[in-house]
Amino acid sequence: MVNADLQAEIVVLGAGPGGYPAAFEAADHGKQVVLVSDDVALGGVCLNRGCIPSKALLHVAKLLHEAKEAAHWGIHFGAPEINLDQLRDYKNKVVTGLTGGIRGLGKARKVQLEEARGSFLSSQLMELTYKDGSKKTLAFEQAIVATGSQPAMPKMFQIGDDRVMDSTGALELKDVPGKLLVIGGGYIGLEMGSVYAALGSEVTVVEMLDGLLPGADRDLVRPLQKQLEQQLHAILLKTKVLGLEARPEGILARLEGENAPAEALFDRVLISIGRRPNAANIGLENTKVQLDDKGFIKVNRKMQTDDPAIYAIGDVAGEPMLAHKATREAKVAVDVILGLPAEFDAQAIPAVVFTDPELAWCGLTEAQAKDRGLDVSVIRFPWAASGRAQAIDRTEGLTKLIFENKTERILGMGIVGPGAGEMIAEGVLAVETAAVARDLAESIHAHPTLSETIMESAEGMFAQATHYFRPKK
Amino acid sequence: MAIEFKLPEVSEGVVSADIAEVHVQEGDIITANQVVAEVETEKALAEIECPHAGKVLKVHVKAGESVKIGAPLLTIETNSDAVASAPAPKPKQDAPVQDSPAAQAPAAAEAKATATPATPAPKAPVATAPPAAETSATDRPPAPAGPATRRLARDLGVDLYQVHGSGPGGRISQEDVQQYVKARLSAPAAAGIAGPVSAPPLPDFSEFGPTRREALNKIGKTAAQHLGTSWSVIPHVTQHDLADITDIELARKMFLQKTGKNGPKVTMTAIAIKAAVTALKAFPRFNSSLDPETMEIVYKQYYHIGVAVDTENGLVVPVVRDVDKKTLLQIAAEVTELAAKARDRKLGMNEMKGATFTITNLGGIGGTYFTPIVSYPEVAILGMSRGQSQLRLREGELEERLMLPLSLSYDHRVVNGADAARFIVKLSALLSDPFTLLSES
Repeated sequence: MVNADLQAEIVVLGAGPGGYPAAFEAADHGKQVVLVSDDVALGGVCLNRGCIPSKALLHVAKLLHEAKEAAHWGIHFGAPEINLDQLRDYKNKVVTGLTGGIRGLGKARKVQLEEARGSFLSSQLMELTYKDGSKKTLAFEQAIVATGSQPAMPKMFQIGDDRVMDSTGALELKDVPGKLLVIGGGYIGLEMGSVYAALGSEVTVVEMLDGLLPGADRDLVRPLQKQLEQQLHAILLKTKVLGLEARPEGILARLEGENAPAEALFDRVLISIGRRPNAANIGLENTKVQLDDKGFIKVNRKMQTDDPAIYAIGDVAGEPMLAHKATREAKVAVDVILGLPAEFDAQAIPAVVFTDPELAWCGLTEAQAKDRGLDVSVIRFPWAASGRAQAIDRTEGLTKLIFENKTERILGMGIVGPGAGEMIAEGVLAVETAAVARDLAESIHAHPTLSETIMESAEGMFAQATHYFRPKK
Repeated sequence: MAIEFKLPEVSEGVVSADIAEVHVQEGDIITANQVVAEVETEKALAEIECPHAGKVLKVHVKAGESVKIGAPLLTIETNSDAVASAPAPKPKQDAPVQDSPAAQAPAAAEAKATATPATPAPKAPVATAPPAAETSATDRPPAPAGPATRRLARDLGVDLYQVHGSGPGGRISQEDVQQYVKARLSAPAAAGIAGPVSAPPLPDFSEFGPTRREALNKIGKTAAQHLGTSWSVIPHVTQHDLADITDIELARKMFLQKTGKNGPKVTMTAIAIKAAVTALKAFPRFNSSLDPETMEIVYKQYYHIGVAVDTENGLVVPVVRDVDKKTLLQIAAEVTELAAKARDRKLGMNEMKGATFTITNLGGIGGTYFTPIVSYPEVAILGMSRGQSQLRLREGELEERLMLPLSLSYDHRVVNGADAARFIVKLSALLSDPFTLLSES
C-alpha cells in the first residue's frame, strides 16, 4: 500500500443504510475497515432525515386519524392538543437512540470511524478533511462509495427563503403551517403532506403528471387517492408550478393547470420532486470511476465501478433510491470483495408508501407485465371480503397478485391498505423464490388477519376464493 | 402523448449497434420518417428513421454508445391525437448488389422481415421508475429459482435458463443445479477441434511508461473477434510462390491504354479473382468448409470471392458473387464499385457475407510475402504482394521479368501440403500465361 497517515483494507465512504452495513459486514469477515462519514450522526439520510423520523411522525399522524375515525364507532375524543416541541423531541429521541446504537455496533466490531469528509486522491488514496480543517491521507486496498443522495432543488425554487423546504426541512418540524404547498406527488410528498395534514395544516399537493405515485398500478393508487382527498385540502394533477415568490405574508406560488388557481399563498412550501445522487466533490475524477448521464456512478451487478479498486452502492449507484436496496447492495459488494459468488440479482425490491392507507408493491407491476407482453393473470382480492378488514373498518384495501399463466408462478404483488408495508414481505419472498399460486394458496394464513387476502388471491388462480365470488365470464 | 422510439432491428442477426451520430436534439421538432440517427453495426452504417412526428423530449443515447436492439433512442411527444402511425421504422440500407440476382431476392425479403411495427406508447406515464424488474435485461421473467439457488448457479457458472426445474412451475432447486452440472460433466467432451483461448489479463503498463487507450470501433471489434476465432480454430500453413506476370501485366496495360481513363479499371486483383476461380474449380477442396460437428467437408457449388479492402475505419471484406459466371470486365467493375462503397461505409451486411475464398492484395503498399489469416469458415486465402522486377534465367538468357509474390494460407485440416503446392502452381501458371487463363476460364 502507498504511504499515508492511515491504512485500510476496506474504506467505506458514507455511513447510511448502504455504508454502515457494508462496513459491518466487511469487519465481520475479518477485514480491517475504516468508515468515513462527515455526518456526526451515523445512519445517513434514512436514519436522520428520511425513513425513520418520517415514520415516527406518520405513526402519530395515523393515531390522529384513528382518533377522529373513532367517532364512527361511538368513541369521541376531544380535539387533539398538539405540543410540537414534545413531538419533535420524541422524533429526535427515536433518531438519536438508533444512531447511537449504530455507533455502538460499529465499535463492537472494531470498525474505525473517521468523522471527516473523504475525497479520492487516486485509486489507492483518500484525503480526509476533519471538522477543524486538519487533513489526513488514507491508503486503501478497496473502497466502497456509499455517499447517498440529496433532495433535488431546481434553481427556480431556490428563492433564499427558509419557508421553502426540502424533505429535510419538513422533518425538522419547525411549526405547523396554516397552508402548506407540496410540490411533487411522489411518496415523499404524500408522506410528509399526510403528516402535516394530520397535525392541522391545510395541504395542497401539486403534481405535474396525470396521477400520483408514478410507477404504481393505478388500481392500487385509487383507494389511496380517495383517502388522501379527504385528508388533504387539494390534489392538483397535471399542474405545473411556474414560480415561487417570497412575500412577507407567505410564499406566493404561480400555478398552471386545469383545476389550479393561477396564484395562491402558502405559509410553507415543500419541494419533493425527487433526489439527486451525491457523486460530486468526492474526487471521483481522480479515479477511473464513470458516471452515467443522470449522475449516478456506473456499476455492474457486482457493484463494481469502472475502477477495479472501487465499488459503489445505494442511492449514488442508481435507482431505485431505497434504503433496503442499498443494504442488500452493501452485502453484495463485500461478498464480491471477499471473492464470493454474489451479484445484485434481486427480482423484487419492495416499494412502500407509508401513507394511510399504505401502498406497497414488489416484482412486476401489472402495467409492466402488460408492456412486456407477458401472458399473465391478475387476481384482485378486495378487502371488503376480509373479516379483519371489516373489523377494523378499513375495507378500501385491495390485494392483487400477478401470475404467469403457463407456470402459475407469482411475478408480482401489490397491496393498498393499512399494514401493506409489512404484508409485502410475503410477496417479496414469493417472487424471489419463484413460488407458484398453489404455494401461497395452500400455506395456512392465520385467521383473522389481513394476510389472508394474499392466500385468497392465490386461490383465485384455481377457482374461487372462499370469501369472494366472481361471476363466471 | 409521449412515445418511446426504440432502436429497430437494423439487420438480421444484429443484436446491438454503435451510435455513430445522433441527428436530433432535445426540443427538436421532427417529421415522420425523418432520419434521426446513424448507427454502425458489425460492418455497415445504417440510417435510422423514426416513424413518429413530434417533439423530441429526450435523447437517450449519444454518439459512441453501444445500444441493444429495442433500447429506447428517443422519447417523442407526438402531436396530440394525430399519432402518425407511419409505416414501420426501417433502417435505410443500400440497395443490394445490382447484378447478382441470387443475392437480391433474399436481401429484399430480409428488408421486409426487419420492418417491425411501430410500438405504441405504454399507457402508464413514461417517467415511471419501476422498483425492481429493471434488473432483468430481457422481457422474459427471470429463471424460476430462489436467491440461494441463484448464488449456487453463479458459483458453478451455470446459466439457470438451461437448467430443467423439477419443482412446481418449473422451479429450480439447488439439487436441480447440481444434477445439471453432473450431467454436463459426465457428457462426452464436445467434439470441438480447438476452442478459442482467452487472453490473460494485461500487465499494468503504467509501471513502464504512460499509455493512451482508444476503444476499437465496431468494425475493429468484429474483425478482432473473427480473426481470433479463425486463428485459434484453423491450423494455418502458408505456401509461397512467385508468379511471372510480365506478359499479363503488359496486356493489362495495353488494354488500359486503349480504353482510356474512363474505361473499366481492370486491376491485378480482378485478374487474380478470375484465375482463382479456375484454380478453385480444379481443386474443389479450396472452395469448401469443414463442418466441425459432423466432420464432413461441405463443398460449395458457387464461387463467391471476398476481396479485402483497407478503409479509414478498418478492414472490410466485400464479396463478389458468382464470379465463375462473370466476365473479367464485369468482375473488375464490381470490385471497383464495392471498394468505393466500402470506403464510404455504404456496404450492406449482405454484401459482406457468403465468401468461399478470399483475396487480399497488399501490392499497392509493398512488401514481399506475408501469412494472411484464413477467414473462418473458408479454408484458404490468397495474399498478393507487390510485383517486382527481377532478373530471371529463361532458356539460358537473363531477362528482366515482373514477378508477383503470392502467399496462400490454408486450413491444414482440409487441405494437405501437396494439394496446396499444386493449387499455387496452377495459379502461378494461370497468371504467367494470358492464353492459359483465357483458355481455361
